[in-house]
Amino acid sequence: MSSITLTGVGKTFDQTVAVVDLDLAVEDRELLVLLGPSGCGKSTVLRMIAGLEQPTAGEIRIGDRVVNDVEPKDRDLAMVFQSYALYPHMTVRANIEFPLRARKVPKEQRVAQVHEAADMLGLTELLDRKPAQLSGGQRQRVALARAVVRRPLAFLMDEPLSNLDAKLRAATRVELVDLQRRLQATVVYVTHDQVEAMTMGHRIAILDRGLLQQVGSPQDVYDRPANLFVARFIGTPPMNTVRGDVERGDGGLGLRVDAVLLPIPAATASAVEASGLTELVVGVRPEHLEVAPDGAGVLPATVELVEHLGHEQHVVCRLPDGQLVTVRQGSHLPAPAARSSVRLVAPTEHLHWFDGATGARVGS
Amino acid sequence: MSEHVRAPGRRAKDALLGYALVAPSLVLFGVFVFYPFGKNFWLALHRTPPFPGLPKKYVGLDQVGDVLSSPEFQKSLKVTVLFVLYTVPTGIVLGLLLAVLAHRQLKGMTVYRTIFSSTVATSVAAASVIFFTLLNPQVGLFTYWLGRSGDLGVLEDPTTALIAVSITTIWQTLGLSFILMSAGLQGVPDDLEEAAAVDGASAPRRFWHVTLPMLSPTLFFAAVVGSITAFQAFGQIDLLTEGGPNNETNVLVYSVYKDVFRYGNDGVAAVKAIALFFIVLILTVVQLRFAERRVSYAR
Repeated sequence: MSSITLTGVGKTFDQTVAVVDLDLAVEDRELLVLLGPSGCGKSTVLRMIAGLEQPTAGEIRIGDRVVNDVEPKDRDLAMVFQSYALYPHMTVRANIEFPLRARKVPKEQRVAQVHEAADMLGLTELLDRKPAQLSGGQRQRVALARAVVRRPLAFLMDEPLSNLDAKLRAATRVELVDLQRRLQATVVYVTHDQVEAMTMGHRIAILDRGLLQQVGSPQDVYDRPANLFVARFIGTPPMNTVRGDVERGDGGLGLRVDAVLLPIPAATASAVEASGLTELVVGVRPEHLEVAPDGAGVLPATVELVEHLGHEQHVVCRLPDGQLVTVRQGSHLPAPAARSSVRLVAPTEHLHWFDGATGARVGS
Repeated sequence: MSEHVRAPGRRAKDALLGYALVAPSLVLFGVFVFYPFGKNFWLALHRTPPFPGLPKKYVGLDQVGDVLSSPEFQKSLKVTVLFVLYTVPTGIVLGLLLAVLAHRQLKGMTVYRTIFSSTVATSVAAASVIFFTLLNPQVGLFTYWLGRSGDLGVLEDPTTALIAVSITTIWQTLGLSFILMSAGLQGVPDDLEEAAAVDGASAPRRFWHVTLPMLSPTLFFAAVVGSITAFQAFGQIDLLTEGGPNNETNVLVYSVYKDVFRYGNDGVAAVKAIALFFIVLILTVVQLRFAERRVSYAR
């Protein structure tokens, strides 16, 4: 296995900028998830690592070797495609064997390795079938077997689960994590699904419009989003964000949201004062926002609707200035009636503060 | 068993509508295909009299035997088969080669694609006239290049005439072959090529083991249609050689034409036409049976 290092990597297609000045280090034996909405450049990054696209700037290393000018076939990587890209005219056996044949592995060793890979992924019974005779989940396994069969330096996976149904996807997710652990494999995993990213990644790299937004452990990215994009992208339902102007109040700085002046905690306030910010966005995750039981909360709001999900409920509220926020609470709590007036409250330590102009996180 | 109950009136009405809808094409096929087809068999069983106006005489299978065993027919058959073998595989291979060359995302590639496919808009007649001029024994450019100026013309030389006609045909059908192969290549998912590249396969290996097998339905189609068309070649023969020299280019369809319009012998022509029909029929069945097993249509 091997590390992968991207330094200042950029990619421009004709007029379109796909990836901008990307610095990213995938450590040896790490499962790094590239996460972002469609068109954010994550697949392009993966394809550049594979050698299927040529970067227009920067340097890509696999281990210590600069691979910018190395052909895909000589990079010793394995890739799992969203479509699985199985060779339809070959049997499962021939599909798994293909990378070994291409590398002129002797026949006996080939047979042994194919059996080992097939065994690992439970494909032994299916070796003589053609891909067309397999279910989606089985095809996905064949694609994985074809990747693991020759012990490459690293695995590249491009949304490998997105063609599976929800139930199978969850099961395969677990298996993939297990496989990665058993093989001690370096994996770069591209997905737009934040659940996959959170559950599978050792670290998550979030991209938006070709720009790296944040790299960190799933918990880190969730607890301390580096900017508004990450804050809103990670988490379901997404983080509530409310925009307001900075005002000096009695007890220090506050954020004016309609009639309410939210106090800004001291640590954040000093950062705000240092950079002279006038507009902030405050964020709070739905599970940290509460409908105050006795009407003692800070923010007045009107309940728009309540969504019951069985184990929890989402209370969608409208603030006086029209912004919508969601409260996520356990289903054991009483659901407020629609159109009723409530007051909302959130613990100060769970508030996230962002620069109103740039969206960057303010303070710790 | 449950019984399907259908109103009898409704069923008859459906059937009537069905026949009504089929009728126009049935009439057209009847007049232009089925009747001539049947009449052909009738002609084959009747010897054409030496002078027009005399009644045709029923001779059973005598005429069929005579024609099939005649050296003239056998030569025709041999020439036709050679013509197919010269033109079809070469046309497919060249078309594929051009398609592979043009299957890159490069600037200006559309210019090449247009040039490569242009002969599809060229008629057999135009192609023949072009090559007739190029091969002219006195002023032809090819004649000059071949160093045969003042010599026997390429089209008059029994050893080269069929090859010259074949080259004309290959050139004229290359556009279609190129378009078919290009379409086939575009139907091969990029993923597969890319997967093979990451799997460590070299470009030739990717072509032989991934692209070509994926193209097999296209190749198969091109081979069947190409063979059938080649077996029925007529225009280029008529314009370039009229079957000569020494019957070296006298393909079956041309010999049928000569029998009818030059020698006025419908009976002999009918036998040859029927022979050609069975050759093409058998060929198609064999190709379907044989090739379908090796073709991967599965996705």
